Order: sequence, then structure tokens, then C-alpha cells
Amino acid sequence: MSTAPFEIPDNPPLAQPVDAPAFWQRFAPDLPADRVMWSEIVPGGCHWSWVMPRGSRLRMVALEAGANLSMVLYHAREKLERYNMPDSLKAQHTAHYTQGHVLMSDMGRALASITADTVGWHDPLGALLDADRMQAKYGDRSFHTHRNAMHRSGKDGLLIEIGKYGLARRDLIAPVNFFSKVAVDDEGRFQFAPGHAAAGAMVELRFDMDTLIAISTAPHPLDPAAEYAPKKVGLAAWKSGPAPADDACRAFRPECARALHNADLYYL
Amino acid sequence: MSATAIRIHESLLDPARAVVDDTLPSGEPYLLTIRQGQTLRIVDLEGNQAVDVIFYNAQDLAEHYSATDTMLAQGGIYLTTGSVLMSSEGRPMLTIVADTCGRHDTLGGACAAESNTVRYALQKKYMHSCRDNYLIALQHADIGLGKRDLVPNVNFFMNVPVTADGQLTFADGVSGPGKYVELRAEMDILMLVSNCPQLNNPCNAYNPTPARFLVWDAA
Repeated sequence: MSTAPFEIPDNPPLAQPVDAPAFWQRFAPDLPADRVMWSEIVPGGCHWSWVMPRGSRLRMVALEAGANLSMVLYHAREKLERYNMPDSLKAQHTAHYTQGHVLMSDMGRALASITADTVGWHDPLGALLDADRMQAKYGDRSFHTHRNAMHRSGKDGLLIEIGKYGLARRDLIAPVNFFSKVAVDDEGRFQFAPGHAAAGAMVELRFDMDTLIAISTAPHPLDPAAEYAPKKVGLAAWKSGPAPADDACRAFRPECARALHNADLYYL
Repeated sequence: MSATAIRIHESLLDPARAVVDDTLPSGEPYLLTIRQGQTLRIVDLEGNQAVDVIFYNAQDLAEHYSATDTMLAQGGIYLTTGSVLMSSEGRPMLTIVADTCGRHDTLGGACAAESNTVRYALQKKYMHSCRDNYLIALQHADIGLGKRDLVPNVNFFMNVPVTADGQLTFADGVSGPGKYVELRAEMDILMLVSNCPQLNNPCNAYNPTPARFLVWDAA
């Protein structure tokens, strides 16, 4: 059996039943300890979901080079409102995301803003690895033969997560693929940048509305690597408060200021 | 005799004449439609595998297997030969017409990543589970069923006794390799299965194994 992305963790001792190590100290030690909400090390190829309150931040750290973290975002209270790729891209005249950019909803509001970034390019175009493409590239690896080392596509992982909140297949939206870079050449063709994010690379989101996020650490669909080798990602959520008046993302572009203003109106 | 005491009854149906004969690997979901009058057999190929099943009325997906209605109707908790699986509308969905295992569980429910964090360890959240299986099967089927439809299920081949002093226990299995249960559909049925991938629980000796599904047309 090939290497699993994770071994079965031990049960915690009875005297200390809550096994929540301060993972953040390993990959984000600069965070203020009194404001860290939770932290995770997400193994490669896995999926989960959280509701992030307005004024919280999510630090994402590539723990191995070439990580990919696909994220979809929905307004937690009104899930018909969700991240809208074209609205976000055209408002900011961009085909990639980095520090200063705002992830906008179809309702013209900022769901989240990129408040820090050491990577410089995150992919909004490349979509999700699905089961057919995954099997064609990497072969079949089912639970029956590989247990925890089975393959779960990014699309299936996100479908499971959004299903936990009543969202169905038609609600699966274009994701943001953090840590991945897909450039477009003169003829419009995708150019995937292998190993784009180095180990230790970091990007941080501030949530400007209460936001449901679902993530998968499955490989990017355009990753040409012959071997299925999804990378682990560290996550740390912490409380920063909502965007101040002099926020760098508000100042980044006038469209960002207006999207953040629209989000603020929801919380008067 | 209690309403739900073990009742072993063998079937005379010939697998060579089955119209469906599918083997489901461990850890996988499965959706199958069974028409009224057809007979379904579920085979525990290697023994003590939990086969987690929810039945829906194929003509009205809002009507589903109801653990509580089933238990109330038969006056007890275990499923065996003669048990009638009742719907949320109080109607018979399927009748167990043969059973070489003798006991199946109505109370244990289906494992979930979230409940694994509660039952075992927070750090087990990325392991695989029946509820993830159910969700991905329903998402791909795209037939209007979702999490709200993941009602308490049947755990075929699992033994979950309730003691006289009110404890819920997870006892050693009474199943074994090749044991089976057979159900006659009393209405058109959509069956949602997770062949349980639980690796934290001795119910399956920490070793999930395949299950086989056969369907025969009415004689």
C-alpha cells in the first residue's frame, strides 16, 4: 500500500479528551496567541468546511512546495449569495489574486479580502479536479484498496462539504485555487506554473461578511505532475476585527472600497 | 418470544436468476432502484461488515424509512425475518423474507467525520465516513435529496443491543462470511447505501469488506 496522506491519529488520553494542539505555533508563530480561534493541518487531498465570522482572518500556509487549496465561499446567512468569479475579476481588472484584492459576491459585497500574501498569484480560473480527470491522470485509488490513501477529487470533496449545508451540485461555484498559478499566453492557452508556492508560502484572508467556506487540498486540475502527491496546508483562524477605515484593501482600488462599503451596510 | 428475537430463515432464490448482481467494495456508496414485488438480497461477503442503508419511496422521495415507525410497529428494536420496514408515512416499505444473520441494527446510525471527532478524536476528522458517502452519492444523483434526507438508517449485519438498564451497547457481531438478509419491496424503492469505511471501531474488526447486492423479479 502506498504512502497515506495521513496515518490514523491516536485517540487522546481520557484525562485530556480535547486533542486540539496549537498547530499554528508551527507555521504561523507571529499570530497573537490571545486572538487565535483554531488551527488545523489539513492533509493533502482532504476537505472540510467552516463558517468564518465577519472580522476573522484565515492564515493559509503551504507546508510543502506545490500546495493547492481550492476554496468556495458563500454568505453564511443567505447562501444564494456567493463568491462570483467574473464580478470579482472584472471589478478589479485582474485574472489573478494577491494582497489587496477582494473576493466579491454576486450581490456586490466583499465576502473576504486578501490582507497578506507572500505568493503573489492565486488562481481564479483553473476550476477543480474531478473524478474522471483524476482517474485518467493518476489511476484508480479507492478506499477498498488504499484506505486513507484513497483519492478524493477536489470537486467531490467540495460537493460533500457544501452538501452539509444544504447546497447541491448546481450550487458548486468556480473556486479560488490558493497557492496555484495559471497564466494565460498570447493565444489564450493556460500555462500552469509547477511548484508555484514554496514551502512556507502564506496568504491570509479577512472575512468581511459571515462566510461559509469549503476547502479541498486535492491537486490542481492542471498540475502536470505524473504522481498524485497532494500537499498539506496549515490553517489558522484568528480574530482581527472588521476592515478599518484606512484598510489597505479599501485603498487598493475604488471598486474594493465600494464592495467593502456594501458589506459594511449589512452589519450596521 | 420477543417481537424481534433472532429468526434464521434461508432463501430458495437462485443467484443465477437474479436481475441485479453487484459487488460493492468496502467504503463505497451505492444507489439502486428496486421495484415493488422485487426481492433484494444483501450479502455480508466476509463477515461483520456494516452496510448502512436508507430506503426512500421511489415515487415520492420525501417518504423514507423510519426507524421509529418500524420499531413501534413491531414492538422492538432488532430487525430479522418477518420484520416490516415502515416509512415515515406509516406504510410498509419492505419485508424481511429471509435472514441467515438474524439481527440487524436500527439505532446505531451512520458514521460521520463530525461524529468521529466527538466519539474518538478531533484529529480523526479527515477520515472517511458513511455520511460523506451518502452526500456524494446524492450530489451526483442530483435528484433533490440532500442532507435533510439522511434520516436514521438500518445497519445491516450490526448488533447493537440495548440492555435492561438502558445502556446502548455495541456487541460482537452475529454475522459471518456469506450471511445474508433478503427483503421484498412493498413499494417502489430507492435504496441509498454506504458500505461503511469506519476504521475506528471494532464492529468490523477495523477491516471494512465488500458487500453483494442481488435483486430478483417477482416470481
